[in-house]
Amino acid sequence: MVTKSRLHVPKTPARPGDAPDFSYLELSAAGVVKRPETSARVRDMQSLSDELVRVLDDKHQPVGPWNPRLDSPELQIALRHMLLTRVFDDRLQRIQRSGKISFYMRSLGEEAVSVAMAMALQPGDMLFPSYRNQGLHVVRGRPIVDLMCQCLSNTRDMCKGRQLPVMYHWREGRIFSISGNLATQFPQAVGWAMAAAIKGQDDIAVSWLGEGSSAEADFHHALLFASVYKAPVILNVVNNQWAISTFQGHAGGERRSFAARGPGYGIAGLRVDGNDFLAVYAVTQWAAERARTGHGPTLIEHVTYRAAAHSTSDDPARYRPKEDYQGWPLGDPIERLKGHLIALGEWSEERHAALTAELEAHVAASWKEAVSHGTLTEPPRLDPHLMFEDVFKEMPPHLRKQEAELRAELERG
Amino acid sequence: MAQRNMIHALNSAMDIMLGRDPSVVVLGEDVGYFGGVFRCTEGLQRKYGEHRVLDTPIAEGGIIAAAIGMAVNGLRPVAEIQFADYIYPGYDQIVSELARLRYRSAGEFFAPVTVRTPSGGGIRGGQTHSQSPEALFAHVAGLKVVMPSNPYDAKGLLIASIEDDDPVIFFEPKRIYNGPFDGEPDKPAVPWSAHPKGEVPDGHYTVPIGKAEIVRSGNDLTIVTYGTMVHVSEATARKLGLDAEIIDVRTMVPLDSDTICSSVARTGRCVIVHEATRFAGFGAELSATIQEECFWNLQAPIMRVAGWDTPYPHAFEWEYFPGQARVAKALKTVMEPA
Ligand SMILES: Cc1ncc(C[n+]2csc(CCOP(=O)(O)OP(=O)(O)O)c2C)c(N)n1
Repeated sequence: MVTKSRLHVPKTPARPGDAPDFSYLELSAAGVVKRPETSARVRDMQSLSDELVRVLDDKHQPVGPWNPRLDSPELQIALRHMLLTRVFDDRLQRIQRSGKISFYMRSLGEEAVSVAMAMALQPGDMLFPSYRNQGLHVVRGRPIVDLMCQCLSNTRDMCKGRQLPVMYHWREGRIFSISGNLATQFPQAVGWAMAAAIKGQDDIAVSWLGEGSSAEADFHHALLFASVYKAPVILNVVNNQWAISTFQGHAGGERRSFAARGPGYGIAGLRVDGNDFLAVYAVTQWAAERARTGHGPTLIEHVTYRAAAHSTSDDPARYRPKEDYQGWPLGDPIERLKGHLIALGEWSEERHAALTAELEAHVAASWKEAVSHGTLTEPPRLDPHLMFEDVFKEMPPHLRKQEAELRAELERG
Repeated sequence: MAQRNMIHALNSAMDIMLGRDPSVVVLGEDVGYFGGVFRCTEGLQRKYGEHRVLDTPIAEGGIIAAAIGMAVNGLRPVAEIQFADYIYPGYDQIVSELARLRYRSAGEFFAPVTVRTPSGGGIRGGQTHSQSPEALFAHVAGLKVVMPSNPYDAKGLLIASIEDDDPVIFFEPKRIYNGPFDGEPDKPAVPWSAHPKGEVPDGHYTVPIGKAEIVRSGNDLTIVTYGTMVHVSEATARKLGLDAEIIDVRTMVPLDSDTICSSVARTGRCVIVHEATRFAGFGAELSATIQEECFWNLQAPIMRVAGWDTPYPHAFEWEYFPGQARVAKALKTVMEPA
């Protein structure tokens, strides 16, 4: 019996040398979670933040009220987007190892979160991503060569050499600039949505962050402002279990789900199987309709797993079991959608292998094109004077002077 | 004595203080089981337990605020902010609370918190892993601000910071964690074992806060610098064959203006070198102080070498970094006969 307060330290279920342990995860069977009206009151749907929306069952069949009933061509497009995201990630990871780019972050195992959401949203919706949402660009049709040029900081880099790899943006594609500072985009998305409501637009805002980042005050600012102003926004916590070496319990996941923070603020909270493409698509449709019809924000927790290292600077073998992912109960999003398509008789291993080969060739060709615009170390290089642009709209005198000093410095060699 | 790099030296400082003083606790993101992303706290949680070395949520405001509360209740927290670029969510707690608690409570409350944070560029970190925000803290009344340039000082200054009853913001120039860096990225890395300041005593010692160090004495001019730029300045002066006196500031607040000004009064020439942006940077404070004290001894205007007034760009790291070329130009200008 506890008779005194004692500092509690959240438990990490498995460390190197332990067997993977996901017994802490509360799962619901596919198809059992109710689908409320999109106008439902938050207090009438609180259980949705504890249960887990799942559509695909163990036999690859879509079941229950959340089945979005997508047709086979659409599912094949989804599979292609997820696979392209993965092939792209794999290639850039290898390229980083060879030293051509300075850094990289993969979304391995989390592809459904970005791809399903982007597919379920409207093109006018404004996206405020974190650094693990490359699938958004893929779905919205950004040529991957553009992403590669950013990673190379080359002459066609959309960031003009100013940002680390993966910190993309795409104004025409309505994908906001990524900050290296965690969680800052979350309340900004709410502000964008408030402006949409002020202006009477139909567009909504959508933002993502990791469960670790949900500890930042900005997460709470986002929920509060979204709630107070009933902003048309979808706020996503991508719970991939790990924040670098830190298990999600240290972000507050030990007590309640992250989705459950929504109802605390008067916001609908949904917990979804983030590796089930159909489930993610369905909850996005639901939340988007809710936002667009004036019923306010939704907080969605995507239960998934960061299958890769945090970044190329990280070695997960130091803090979690090597085989951890093998024990992950929600599988792999690509394998699961593929299984579903095969069960429908609309796909096969052969077609999958052919698609993979096609995408690998596409990525390889894109890379060839990308490096023709230069790399960090090989010409053509961006002109260093670009470093002084865009600090302000117009370059003030002290920067003009510094620019001239740099020119002289480079000419002297 | 042992050969240690800066990471091991810092680790040793925390190890010793955790061992000597049960009120010392270490907290921060990934500092516990993992030992920190730069491995500065490696092994400390295993040795001292999860109540002394805490993995925190990713919330810098929460880390600083909790450290203040712990300190008010008698602990001596050493908080790690994973990168100085991520200290800003904690800035309000530092500026409005940590810095002023003693003052506003007429000395009845105080918070002996040490905030350790890696700063500076040269690691291809882009605009969010390269910043040198020391001036933002030096400007705030009530904070001590420290930046070592070598393992020996890192350990001694960190122990002194932890023992200090005032809050200390402790910047760790991460480019020189593993070895001194003279500003030439294409040259092979040099380890600390090849440097006299890589010799670090095993036990407890302090390097006093508030004391600059003359790392090289000379007569031609005085270079006032700190952190990574100590090494860049030394290499540049050597190449130019100048008999420079090089002063490592080590502590920005409180500033050892005596050491700095008596040197400049003697040499009559001064160049200030730091990596942080120039405009309203710490160099401006140094320059103003020196000018006030040494005006009649100066034989040339004081010059500043600094990072450009832009964010730290990923692709142009070495065009941004105030390397030997920029330092050399200033040294030559200051040495021109009047
Ligand atoms: C304000 C801030 N603090 C700390 C960091 C360093 N950092 C970068 S990513 C990361 C972990 C984030 O984990 P999570 O939010 O769970 O996202 P995941 O990487 O797992 O997708 C940390 C601590 C940062 N970038 N910004």
